[in-house]
Amino acid sequence: MQESPVRKIIPIVPEEEVSLYEAQKKLYPRSVTGLFARWRWVFVFLTQLVFYGLPWLEWGQRQAVLFDLGARRFYLFGVVLYPQDFIYLTGLLVISALSLFLFTAVAGRLWCGFTCPQTVYTEIFLWIERKVEGDRSARMRLDAEPASARKLLKKGTKHFLWVALSLWTGFTFVGYFTPIQTLWAEAFTLSFGPWEWFWVNFYAIATYGNAGFLREQVCKYMCPYARFQSAMFDRDTLIVSYDTARGEPRGARSRKADLSTLALGACVDCTLCVQVCPTGIDIRDGLQYECIGCAACVDVCDTVMDKMNYPRGLIRFSTQNAMAGQWSKPQLWRRVRRPRVLVYSAILLALCVGLLWSLLERTPLKVDVVRDRAALSRIVAGGKLENVYRLQIMNATEQSQRYRITASGLEGLALASESEVDIGPAESRWVPVRLQIGYGSAAPGSHAIEFNVGDIAGQSHVSEKSIFLVPR
Amino acid sequence: MSDFTGNFWSVYVTVLTLVGIFACLLLLWITARKKVTPSADNTTGHVWDEDLREMNNPMPRWWMWLFVLTIIFALGYLVAYPGLGSYKGELGWTTHGEYTDEVEKANKELAPLYAQFTAKPAEALAGDPAAMAVGERLFMNNCAQCHGSDARGSKGFPNLADGDWLHGGAPVKLVETITQGRQGNMPPMAAAVGTPDDVKNVAHYVLSLSGSPHDSLRSQLGKAKFTACAACHGMDGKGNQALGAPNLTDDIWLHGWGEQAIVNMVNSGKVNVMPGQAGKLTEAQIHVLSAYVWGLSNKPATLATARP
Repeated sequence: MQESPVRKIIPIVPEEEVSLYEAQKKLYPRSVTGLFARWRWVFVFLTQLVFYGLPWLEWGQRQAVLFDLGARRFYLFGVVLYPQDFIYLTGLLVISALSLFLFTAVAGRLWCGFTCPQTVYTEIFLWIERKVEGDRSARMRLDAEPASARKLLKKGTKHFLWVALSLWTGFTFVGYFTPIQTLWAEAFTLSFGPWEWFWVNFYAIATYGNAGFLREQVCKYMCPYARFQSAMFDRDTLIVSYDTARGEPRGARSRKADLSTLALGACVDCTLCVQVCPTGIDIRDGLQYECIGCAACVDVCDTVMDKMNYPRGLIRFSTQNAMAGQWSKPQLWRRVRRPRVLVYSAILLALCVGLLWSLLERTPLKVDVVRDRAALSRIVAGGKLENVYRLQIMNATEQSQRYRITASGLEGLALASESEVDIGPAESRWVPVRLQIGYGSAAPGSHAIEFNVGDIAGQSHVSEKSIFLVPR
Repeated sequence: MSDFTGNFWSVYVTVLTLVGIFACLLLLWITARKKVTPSADNTTGHVWDEDLREMNNPMPRWWMWLFVLTIIFALGYLVAYPGLGSYKGELGWTTHGEYTDEVEKANKELAPLYAQFTAKPAEALAGDPAAMAVGERLFMNNCAQCHGSDARGSKGFPNLADGDWLHGGAPVKLVETITQGRQGNMPPMAAAVGTPDDVKNVAHYVLSLSGSPHDSLRSQLGKAKFTACAACHGMDGKGNQALGAPNLTDDIWLHGWGEQAIVNMVNSGKVNVMPGQAGKLTEAQIHVLSAYVWGLSNKPATLATARP
């Protein structure tokens, strides 16, 4: 990304003094239709269907996706995860980060423009705003009007709908941590617990504030992604580009005028691309860090080009190289298969396959061995030497399991305590275990041994190393 | 010590905190009022390395209001909570108070559960899986450090699962032991027994009591000297639970087996202490613990494995 520092020439009279702080100029993004706007709505529906719908899905006797923080059990469809399975979350985050790198290298801020919650909720809130107050010009007129019953009604309706949606969003969010059916029942009697109250409202206020008021301010001032996007872009990255060579010099003209006879480029300077921009920039100034790649300007410019009977694509997804070299589409797409993209893709694919494989092949049983802290070793009746251990056996299935414990690694090593234990569904328990060998049958010192724990049916099996101490 | 009794540091901290907060406020106020003439190219006018110029990207005004909010919050917080030197805060909050509240809350929540447990005698409670699960956790947290997580102890720390008791194994005795603790006291007896050879003979006699390998000649010679021991351990060597004197005939050796271990014990004696838990555990918890320990060597000894 090559930013010229002189790109933003603000036409100000030099004597005029301004504050050190920038007042937020309220934006009134004009609604837009077109290919990319449709894609955005597709992603709005997909992401929100998942977000609002998932907690209501049942799996057997319980909620399909539930993060039970109190009991520290995380249910994901058929899988029960323990805090010890944190590696899967790490894997998921690494995959997310790599996907972001990949998409950014290929086509810029696709995430921002189409699936980021900030964009998605702003889109939904804007839709409500448009339905109640009208489009850009109507909203600007309404804001300029003096207070009236009509204005109050419109504003009131909008905020009521926003608050309702925000509360529903907060409720859904908490529904991932408290069973949503219980929460739903509690909602009618307003009998949430204190933390449920806090998070429903916190999430609702964040939604209302971010999507209703802060909007592009979040992208401009808070989101770090805008600031490091330049490290992930290269000259072959698809970005929303204005074709300066074709568009300039811009200017108004009659629709009937023949372009070839005018001393003008294709840009009719209708400023629609600025009016639809959710971050309030002029894409004709080149790539700017505020651009979230939503392509609203592409859609609206295409409609203008259609009206003028000019070819589409004065503003389009293109690369810096393609713009400079006047490349054709196939030329441009060939550059997508560059080493950077291929390396990202290969790592991403390997990680996805690895994570999925390890999740499917996961043993639903975990064992931790802790040597008893009170007794190193002791001599017991029958001329035996005994070591004591505590085994934490974690049942990651949703059925009661009977596990058999065995130990190996030393001549004559035998279990003196119960060899079979019952562990309830998704329960974790400490089980004291005593191991014995014949006194004098092993040399003094520390001996490596191994515990083997498996369920009776032989479905899952775990080995854990430990040591057996023989005193001098 | 004057550091802690004088109020210099309290005043110092208070002044420093308030000056810091008001300096921030002052800075905000000055910057909010300041007007600048922007340059035509929208840079700050600073140039580095010949051609690197700093763009003028002003901070949004609402961000400044967030700073103001943090100051309002800080002042409110300092009024409500301790923060200004030794000022206690209007809410009177302390970490100790919070801890006490949490303990009280937890106890209140558990009260109905413990009420069920205390309603039953220990012998019946030992058959209650829910109570035994609680007992196991109590044991792991409070007793396992010495007696081992399997309750079988180690040298010097009695085995609680073998049915052999120094001070009695009835639940009421266990409650007494846990509540008040115990002090086992074996005095040095060498002078009373006689010569070092006599002590050795007594050791062999003691070994013979439990049928352990011993020198029968020494054992017969030692029998006469055992009268010095009989005051506590009894003529038959079966001990005395009222005194905490161990049974010497059951082949259980808390402080070590063999001639040398016994000779050492006779010569040096031993004081062995179990600390009382009265201040640490509630009566109801001790009741559950006594049932758990009793259940380790008695039926209905439904051990932890039989939980549903």
